[in-house]
Amino acid sequence: MKNILGFDVPDFIEGFGEVEHFTGSWNKLKNSIDEQIIAPPVKNTLAHTSKMRDSLEAAIDACNPHDGMTVTFHHHLREGDYIVEKVMFYLASKGIKDITLASSSLTGAHDCLVPLIKDGTIGQIFSSGIRGELGKAVSNGVMKKPVVIHSHGGRARAIKTGRINIDLAIIAASAADCEGNCTGSYGPSAFGSIGYAMIDVEYAKKTIVVSDNIIEYPCIPASIRQHYIDHVVKVDSIGDPSKIATGTTRITKSPMDLRIAEMAADAIEHSGVYKEGYSFQVGAGGASLAVAKFMRDKMKKQDIKGSFMIGGVTSYCVDMLEEGLFGAIFDVQSFDAAVSTSVYGNRNHIEISSDQYASPYNCGCMTNKLDIVVLGALEVDVDFNVNVITGADGVVRGASGGHSDTAAGAKLTVVVCPSFRGRLPMIKQKVQNVVTPGDTVDLIVTERGICVNPNSPNLSQKLKEAGLKVVDINDLKKEVDGITGIPVEPEHTEQIVGVIEYRDGTIMDVIRGVKTK
Amino acid sequence: MLYIPGNNPAMLLQGGVYGADGLLLDLEDAVALNQKDAARILVRNLIKTNNFYGCEVTVRLNHLDTPFGMADLEEIVPLQPDAIRYPKTESVEDLKRLISIVEEIEKKHNIENPKMTIHAMIETAMGVQNVFEIAAYSKRVDCITIGGQDLTADMNVVKTKEGRELDFARNRIVMAAKANKIDVIDTVYADVDDDEGLRQETEMIKGLGYSGKAVINPRQIGVIHDVYNPTEEEIRKAVRIIKEFKKNKEAGIGVFAIDGKMIDAPVVARAQYVLEVADIEL
Repeated sequence: MKNILGFDVPDFIEGFGEVEHFTGSWNKLKNSIDEQIIAPPVKNTLAHTSKMRDSLEAAIDACNPHDGMTVTFHHHLREGDYIVEKVMFYLASKGIKDITLASSSLTGAHDCLVPLIKDGTIGQIFSSGIRGELGKAVSNGVMKKPVVIHSHGGRARAIKTGRINIDLAIIAASAADCEGNCTGSYGPSAFGSIGYAMIDVEYAKKTIVVSDNIIEYPCIPASIRQHYIDHVVKVDSIGDPSKIATGTTRITKSPMDLRIAEMAADAIEHSGVYKEGYSFQVGAGGASLAVAKFMRDKMKKQDIKGSFMIGGVTSYCVDMLEEGLFGAIFDVQSFDAAVSTSVYGNRNHIEISSDQYASPYNCGCMTNKLDIVVLGALEVDVDFNVNVITGADGVVRGASGGHSDTAAGAKLTVVVCPSFRGRLPMIKQKVQNVVTPGDTVDLIVTERGICVNPNSPNLSQKLKEAGLKVVDINDLKKEVDGITGIPVEPEHTEQIVGVIEYRDGTIMDVIRGVKTK
Repeated sequence: MLYIPGNNPAMLLQGGVYGADGLLLDLEDAVALNQKDAARILVRNLIKTNNFYGCEVTVRLNHLDTPFGMADLEEIVPLQPDAIRYPKTESVEDLKRLISIVEEIEKKHNIENPKMTIHAMIETAMGVQNVFEIAAYSKRVDCITIGGQDLTADMNVVKTKEGRELDFARNRIVMAAKANKIDVIDTVYADVDDDEGLRQETEMIKGLGYSGKAVINPRQIGVIHDVYNPTEEEIRKAVRIIKEFKKNKEAGIGVFAIDGKMIDAPVVARAQYVLEVADIEL
């Protein structure tokens, strides 16, 4: 059936099950939720027994690995992660089959997993994002069951409700003690916040802390506490922290990104939401982070102080905290290893779990308190829907992340996006896949003008009065199509290779396989 | 004014979005010898079809002494961009030759009231020597510009950040422009990562009387606008002067004082200029 956004989603998907259709961004959440939160497992250890295991393999063996199990990881080490590969290949060597891999996200470091899908070790994937060779393989139909793409808040919800029912959670930490108190905020492989793993340890049947830096008890501060942890193991290295962010935390020098960012900052300034005590989130890299540079200049010039920043935190955000431009940072994920020093040493830099960050199933997620968020896009459409998961060729190459969570919560959601990339227009009649629904997006800022969602006529008026270049999104599409032409859409197979879940657990869209030439 | 290499389709297409006042579509130094034809065709087609969002469009041609200058004129003149920029203008003879060819092409294409003007680029010692005659030669020349890189090469000196080697040329060229009431645009600042250096140089040339500055990277536009745009304080002061001037004029008073400072016709003219730049009408 066609859902409320006009995307074709069947009522039943093979390998996934019955579909609860998306009916609106707040439609399900505005009523009391008729779902049970599962109880965390009851576990115990005896007095004065050791949790230390001789090897990662021994620790895994102690967790009753079995066919059909669900294994989770965090992705705080992003491109530099070594642990997912080590664990999954060990499970494969033991002949374990049909594993559900539920990493908070998957990056280019996980291209190595493709053979494990082919040989049946991995049977299903839940993740915020999939990229690289793994994304190509998924799009080519390598999985028997479709991957489930969730938001960061949606993952916390799925774990709480038992949709992701964790048998084994692996927590890579840059410092840990013998009881499993651990952190990512210091040590040779420091990566900052360990927020995505916090929810896993609460609900997993078994947990293993893996670190290349086992320190004297107690590990202070402990981002994750010992009473959740079953086993602790030392490895040579958990990953390469220099690959946490490759170029995404420096302010871009691209004139185009800077132009878009400047226009977005001007729009924010005149939106009516930017004022003393406002809260703010920007993504890493490109035009998105560059908006922070322009906002920083405006805040200094106008002597405006913000309340807090949240999110994926870059060293640029830390600079703004240290300059007193914001009072606090709530950090679920650090995009830059350098941020870890601030996580460790600044009491106003607060680590939070993905549950507190963005889950719609609690009483106080941070995104609900957010005033302004600036987000990127792979493509947008004339209904303001945003795709951040599939590229122009239809291949899975992105991540849902906190995109839909922050867009839903923020008073002002700004999407920055060039009007075309290379020869490809970025404003479509209809995005190939929707991750963030258009009714949660207020502005789409391109280098050729600012498109205001027709749901916000007052905002449009304010920006026009400030002399900013407001354009109708349909007119802009026409102009850009005039330059680039309208490309032929990629050819898809009938196979559903991915299911895009909204943060409330309803299904917004499906990803079809791409035809290989 | 933003220089854009004539053989770069992406930059040409997007040239109008950066907020520059003018675009310089370059067929000359930014284009390799084996790309000259491609650049000419690309620039021709884009002038016909592209939206430059109201930027003044100027095409920098190759000199007529090169194998490309004539072909550039034949393609570009019929399109009548806002202006053409003629490199290495050294004498009125150069302009005479250029304008006669331009007029011939315009006649051939039945262009009766040509709107296209000419920017004479001064980038040799001889050009600096003759700049007063060049600036005065024709009403079609509505702007002179200084080309720092070529000029320092001609002088056989190094172009420095401080730019003292250009002091004489900058001063002489600006005076020639002012004497003939035409615009004068300064040379580029080559270090695109040095915003502070760019700001200092722009403040300096603004102080000399230059109407604007050429840039090679869109990132430099904001700094130049910052320097040239009047500050809030300047605007407030100008508004006050013009209001007082109007009041005094009605009373038949030509010279008056604000906060103890004499306000006469030149001060009023400067205040009027500030309001023009700020797009304020009283």
